[in-house]
Amino acid sequence: MIFKLAIRNILHKPLNALMSFVLLASGVALISLLLILQEQFENRFSKNMEGIDQVMGAKGSPLQLILSAVYQIDAPTGNINYSQAKRWMDHPFTQKAIPLSYGDNYNGFRIIGSNSDYIEHFDAELAEGKMFENDFEVVIGSAVAAQTGLKLNDVFHSLHGSAETGEAHDHNHFVVTGILQPKGSLIDHLIICNLESYWLLHEHEGDDEDSLEVEEKQITAVLFKFKNKMAAIQWPRMVSENSDMQLASPAIEVNRLFTLFGIGIEVINYLGWGILLMACLSIFIGLYNNLKERKYELAIMRVSGGGRSLLLALLCVESFIITISGYLAGTLVARFALYFISKASEMQFKIEFDPFVFIWEKEIIIFLLALFIGLIAALVPALKAYYLNISDTLAKDK
Amino acid sequence: MIRCENLKFKYSNDVNFQFADFICENNKSLLIIGPSGSGKTTLLHLLAGLLKAQSGDVFINNQSLQQLSDKKLDRFRGEQIGIVFQKSHFVASLNTLENLELTSWLSTCKKNTSNAKSLLEQLGLAERMTYPISSLSMGQQQRLSIARAVINKPSIILADEPTSSLDDENCQIVADILNKTAQEILASLIVVSHDQRLKARFNQQYTIQ
Repeated sequence: MIFKLAIRNILHKPLNALMSFVLLASGVALISLLLILQEQFENRFSKNMEGIDQVMGAKGSPLQLILSAVYQIDAPTGNINYSQAKRWMDHPFTQKAIPLSYGDNYNGFRIIGSNSDYIEHFDAELAEGKMFENDFEVVIGSAVAAQTGLKLNDVFHSLHGSAETGEAHDHNHFVVTGILQPKGSLIDHLIICNLESYWLLHEHEGDDEDSLEVEEKQITAVLFKFKNKMAAIQWPRMVSENSDMQLASPAIEVNRLFTLFGIGIEVINYLGWGILLMACLSIFIGLYNNLKERKYELAIMRVSGGGRSLLLALLCVESFIITISGYLAGTLVARFALYFISKASEMQFKIEFDPFVFIWEKEIIIFLLALFIGLIAALVPALKAYYLNISDTLAKDK
Repeated sequence: MIRCENLKFKYSNDVNFQFADFICENNKSLLIIGPSGSGKTTLLHLLAGLLKAQSGDVFINNQSLQQLSDKKLDRFRGEQIGIVFQKSHFVASLNTLENLELTSWLSTCKKNTSNAKSLLEQLGLAERMTYPISSLSMGQQQRLSIARAVINKPSIILADEPTSSLDDENCQIVADILNKTAQEILASLIVVSHDQRLKARFNQQYTIQ
């Protein structure tokens, strides 16, 4: 009955409640969206760099090298000499080295020249078909298969560059020999072939250029995992001093990236808290203003046998109904927003977010916070109702 | 049965009231008359336990109101006393029937819907059951107010100027209903008023000086 009464009271003055509800929902949505986004973003980023200590590539921006080689987001930094890189790859300090050639695409999906180590690196398994063995055979990720409609034994031409409008390599064509199972990671969006296919593909372009350089086999980057961690400390200097190459650490670069994002995220976070504060104030003002008109009916309820604590409870319940429904709506809005953000970021950055993941310990904190806001907002009006002088209220109203 | 002994109430040094003792038996009615400012409403609030007397006491069925704690007094009032105010207030967000149900729930923790419906029929408000309070006329609101005062079958019904804002016709209707419903539930009825139209209807009268 007290619950019903509270709902009816809220619906009796719906605009007041709506304002508080919308404010609370937006505050909660903003904060919880950031929370999930941050958590999953960092998760996805660290997941993709697992097992990679350092990345070797052409000199340039180390962040660009990491973003392009590890995450396939940015453009390649340039090419490096395969035989030169090979020396480091065969070094006793190296546990695993995966050579990568990239820079071509099919319908916007990047084609990576590498070996089967690269596929193992993602723990990916074939859903159908077989691994590439010969030149111009490719294995494609599940998202590539789903979005381009490529099937086993289909044939396609690659484009130079990472955009869909690049120059076509129409003299050679790729054949799909395998399709990978979906992993929810970067590999879903990649087309993988062997290194040799890349070299053959670009040999023709070299015809007009200096023929000596064509003989030098080129790759784009190498992903290193070290046996001896000394390499991580010594190599970067040695490599950059003695060659046109550099070594970059994904952990450091990604950290730098997060620090850059961090400022923006913090600002939005404060905005969320500010909105929550306004929601608290709005609920308080709504209840407090209503109290003036409602004191007679509250007095009448006391006269009819309702205790002081009943009035206290009634106002608190009204506030809680607004805050709890606002919290639920906010959480829901955050999931919807994440769903659309995920769609966009999957296309652009090949990073997907799962809108249905709950970070319980943090969401519960937001929930408790919403309850706390409800309590704080209701406190003064509820206490005023608790200490209402019924005789005075009813006697003065003549 | 309601009895008061030696009641005194002081708002300030200039405004203090002392009331003569009186008794109103079950199934009897009493009209308390006095000019405005004579302390009629104060007396009614003392009888209802809405105010605490500085000295003296009110006994309802031999229960002293002074000795009840605030919490028990709220409960006791809900069970034993029905009050009709000059200007009736209702919970604006609830309709006519729901307001009556709320009153029964507040004192008994149970919604007595069938009783509420039969009372509304008895008082000619049956077709207004699902209407919002704001759509009722003054006379109708006062009748609903009486229904609210009697729904829990209290032993005492107190009415504060129940007719003074009504026209002659509604005044007669409301006075009739008050007497009739009080008798039906064998309650003592005490009406506090300066309305001369009521004088003829009450045998027992008490005038505040």
